[in-house]
Amino acid sequence: MDLGNQKEPTLLRVMQPVADQSGTSSCNSKGGSGKSGCGSAAGQGDLSPEVWEKVKNHPCYSEEAHHHFARMHVAVAPACNIQCNYCNRKYDCSNESRPGVVSERLSPEQAAKKVLAVASTIPQMTVLGIAGPGDPLANPEKTFKTFELVTATAPDIKLCLSTNGLMLPDYVDAIHALNVDHVTITINMIDPEIGAKIYPWIYFRKRKYTGVEASRILSERQLLGLEMLTARGILCKVNSVMIPGVNDQHLVEVNKAVKARGAFLHNIMPLISAPEHGTVFGLAGQPGPTAQQLKHLQDSCEGEMNMMRHCRQCRADAVGLLGEDRSNEFTTEKVMEMDMHYDLEIRQAYQQEVERQRQAVVSARNAELQTLAGERSDISILIAVATKGNGRINEHFGHAKEFQVYEVSTAGAKFVGHRRVDNYCQDGFGEVESLETVIRAINDCTAVFMSRIGNCPREGLLKADIEPVDRFALEYIEQSAITYYREYLERLRRGEIIHKQRGDAAIRQGALIG
Amino acid sequence: MAYQIRTTSCTGCSACESECPNDAIFEKSFEFFIDPTKCTECIGFFEEPQCVAICPLPKTILINPDVPRFQVAV
Repeated sequence: MDLGNQKEPTLLRVMQPVADQSGTSSCNSKGGSGKSGCGSAAGQGDLSPEVWEKVKNHPCYSEEAHHHFARMHVAVAPACNIQCNYCNRKYDCSNESRPGVVSERLSPEQAAKKVLAVASTIPQMTVLGIAGPGDPLANPEKTFKTFELVTATAPDIKLCLSTNGLMLPDYVDAIHALNVDHVTITINMIDPEIGAKIYPWIYFRKRKYTGVEASRILSERQLLGLEMLTARGILCKVNSVMIPGVNDQHLVEVNKAVKARGAFLHNIMPLISAPEHGTVFGLAGQPGPTAQQLKHLQDSCEGEMNMMRHCRQCRADAVGLLGEDRSNEFTTEKVMEMDMHYDLEIRQAYQQEVERQRQAVVSARNAELQTLAGERSDISILIAVATKGNGRINEHFGHAKEFQVYEVSTAGAKFVGHRRVDNYCQDGFGEVESLETVIRAINDCTAVFMSRIGNCPREGLLKADIEPVDRFALEYIEQSAITYYREYLERLRRGEIIHKQRGDAAIRQGALIG
Repeated sequence: MAYQIRTTSCTGCSACESECPNDAIFEKSFEFFIDPTKCTECIGFFEEPQCVAICPLPKTILINPDVPRFQVAV
């Protein structure tokens, strides 16, 4: 991780190993390179100052924070009490990056040690989440024991958990007592008839329920749990899986229902369903949404509440920055042998430096926004950006494993999502097939920003009518996007270009390589 | 007089372990087993065997054909 104008020597020394490992990615680097992060986008948005203060350093809640701060999940909760048609409990593949997948299970004691090891190695690790691979509240003893142990040794780490909500009302007091201030509930429906198509069964109070009755109980418990948490001032995010033809339209209703009960953020994620995942949906050929279908649904809920668009749907044992999994460095075997130096001072110094950088990005964006003051246009365009983080255009096109997508209009630049790809440049050579995958993933974008690009992919992009732009190399993303947009309008006025409606783009489904 | 876990399809999620009213389920080297001398098929406790009810995989916890079905003492 590049810290830009880093001056503080001790901090620099500590950060160096992180920078080396987080990978500035050469063509043949395998694994864990820092493609994550979405640039500093909307930031505070509509959040109240109190909520913003709580979430601004939380990578999973603030899209602006997540290239600065890392999180880790510990897989202490293997049991689950419901079955979802998008989940296959048998699947465990280290190449697969999606919820519910883990390679190793931990006891609470092992988990606490792992947290300390990671926090000692990665000063930007601020958040510990328990998200499975089952449901944390179907494993209450293990979950709460882990939180207790971590709080005792690393009190500055924020605790959060992600649950299906079935047992939530029973544990709200325990969650409150342990100072867990962030909870995510996965709510895919508020109509049990729709729920019956998503959940074949639940296990509740020593009974198995199926069909509509199962979803009725689940929905009641989820909404009750949400109300109880927000009444106690615990921040709640709601996750929803968008399943076209099943709950896509219905999620607008879900959005209203969870907003009314105090959820502060709604994260609508695309269904991941390849047949090889062996899920009911995958085997039945149920498709996930396209990038534009997902964006339209997120946009239509936007006026209601804050929408989260940077979720990487990560594994239940992920470690590191979002999209940059470092869990292989922290296997139980390695953790048990590690020396640990938990240095609160370094961690705080890092957080101050991030705050300084954050302010710099905001100032640059606001200054550039002033130049759009006189513009009147209904045109909005999407721009894909190759970035390693820090809000800058600092990734080579061929090394990018994902692109951040910004929507630019006279209102400014807004982060609206990310698109995963197979990086074009494999082992030093560009692959024609990979370029086609990249184009499919960003086909709805007018331009793509990168620090550098080779001639071959440049021509391929131009052929696909996507303008490759490398003249903003290393500049701030939002500032550059606004500049590009202003010049785009000027070029239109001069008749040099014609504004075209772009097509749709594909959401990547398969396992990521490296 | 017992259920048994097919270790070939069991994911080791442990969900069944804490639901058993007889503490008949135990873990050994990351695999789960049912002690046939403790299992009552949940007769006298619940309408359905709890391990079967919560198991995420079909046909993973089955009646053990090697031991007689559980009989409630008269």
